Amino acid sequence: MTSNPVRVQPVNESIGVAAAMKAVFMRDIKVAFRQRQDLLNPLLFFVMVVTLFPLGVSPEVSFLRESGAGILWVAALLSVLLSLDHLFRHDFDDGTLEQLVLQPQPLFLLVLAKTLAHWMLTGLPLVILTPVLGVMVHQPGNSIGILCLTLLIGTPVLSLIGSIGAALTLGLRSAGVLLSLLIIPLYIPVLIFGTGTVAAASEGAPVGAYLALMGAFLVLALTLAPFASASALKISMSNS
Amino acid sequence: MWQFFHKLGSPKWFYGIATRLMPWLLVAGVLLLLAGIVWGLAFAPKDYLQGNSYRIIFIHVPTAFLAQSVYIMMAVAAVVTLVWRMKLADVFVKAVAPVGLVLTFLALFTGAVWGKPTWGTWWIWDARLTSMLILLFLYGGVIALDRAINDEKSAARAVAVLVLVGVVNIPIIKYSVEWWNTLHQPATFKLTEKPSMPAEMWVPLLLAVLGLYLIFGWLACLRMQTEILVREQRTRWVKDLVMAGRF
Amino acid sequence: MAFDSFSAFIAMEGHGPYVWTCYGVFFVLMVGLMAWSRRRRSATMAACRRNYERQERGQQRAARPAATFTRVEVSQD
Repeated sequence: MTSNPVRVQPVNESIGVAAAMKAVFMRDIKVAFRQRQDLLNPLLFFVMVVTLFPLGVSPEVSFLRESGAGILWVAALLSVLLSLDHLFRHDFDDGTLEQLVLQPQPLFLLVLAKTLAHWMLTGLPLVILTPVLGVMVHQPGNSIGILCLTLLIGTPVLSLIGSIGAALTLGLRSAGVLLSLLIIPLYIPVLIFGTGTVAAASEGAPVGAYLALMGAFLVLALTLAPFASASALKISMSNS
Repeated sequence: MWQFFHKLGSPKWFYGIATRLMPWLLVAGVLLLLAGIVWGLAFAPKDYLQGNSYRIIFIHVPTAFLAQSVYIMMAVAAVVTLVWRMKLADVFVKAVAPVGLVLTFLALFTGAVWGKPTWGTWWIWDARLTSMLILLFLYGGVIALDRAINDEKSAARAVAVLVLVGVVNIPIIKYSVEWWNTLHQPATFKLTEKPSMPAEMWVPLLLAVLGLYLIFGWLACLRMQTEILVREQRTRWVKDLVMAGRF
Repeated sequence: MAFDSFSAFIAMEGHGPYVWTCYGVFFVLMVGLMAWSRRRRSATMAACRRNYERQERGQQRAARPAATFTRVEVSQD
């Protein structure tokens, strides 16, 4: 192939892959800040779900101390799930996504940039909010630190796996419910290790190994999920 | 070799072969399954720990085993769908997913009923039962996605991606659920005690597993035929077949 | 034979209800699934047949004026 002298140079290839990823990333952040309500909604949802547990189950300190980490993890998981519908939806509706698919840069890298932007806009705020809610459900300081750390490693995994589901259900009628059906089973390992790490920490056990395992999940999701969601996107785009 | 591969992808060829194969699959499957079950129920010795309730094993293990291997088979077919775009592969995935769902449900149900005399409760968050429950969710997701997409080709490819994502996750789910289980409860004694099983117990079990496999083969052929009829109804050979009335 | 009598076989030393429920549900679901799958194939056959017959009737009526086109789609194998 390299010996072939005549090679058509697409115009867009003058933009490098890194530059294209950065452009996609910055664009998503900018668009999100123009519609601030969409940014706030998952956070509000997160706080509300956490509030439901003391009201619905028991406000006793012993119960909250024991299950607070689990409650926060489940609430974070649900609010990431809720926000996933937006990941591709707007771009799909206004045709931007079609342009993205047609770019000469590999689609999975652009999808990765989009997913990272999604995490910056939903996962990261959740992590920042966690200490406050952690105090409200009576978590000891040490647990709150570990909880934030697990969420910091875990929420990007949630966004990455979720992007596959969002791509698969793009343009379908009952996309929201379907998305949850497809994605929740895949979230279970992250949830187990996220809460397990906090539980181990509260018993005073060393958590290095658990955190390393969660890191392994993150690396695995980073390498595999963009490919799956890119191919799912292509399928969904050819569908419409 | 390639010709064979090509032939294998042809719905017409498959339809004919399946019609010829199915009676054998059904008869052999039912005979083996019944032999295994009757042997297991009436002749196998009683388990010294669990008494007679262990006799549920002769359907619990076959259904659980098959439920898992059906998902693996679907994953193989999904690879074939995505890489070679072979028609029959996605027919297989679509035809077989509901069967997998029923088998998973049966494994869960028999496990729960078995749990009552063994553990004293209907449901226990035991590692195996929990990962079976998650497998049930995975099957449910596959079927729901397939139903939701109208276009046949996109449905096939989207489902293939989902099945593959699921199959990458299955070992992770299994491992994490097992770890979670040891974290939350000390190891109770397990439902199936593999090593110390005498031949009078595992031979009927093997028969039942084989029988259920063959019955699954029959079901798969039958349901694939149905799907082929729907998809190929505009072709000549389906018209000839249907009008000839060879049902 | 692991049991002394038929009634002992049914009772299974008190575990009978559990064992027989399992086997009962297993058989009902498996036979149901098999019967349903079979019914679906014959229903599909019947539906195809009705379709073809309707098409042929339609073609005969349409053929009378002038056209003699028949549309035959060839299988891809």
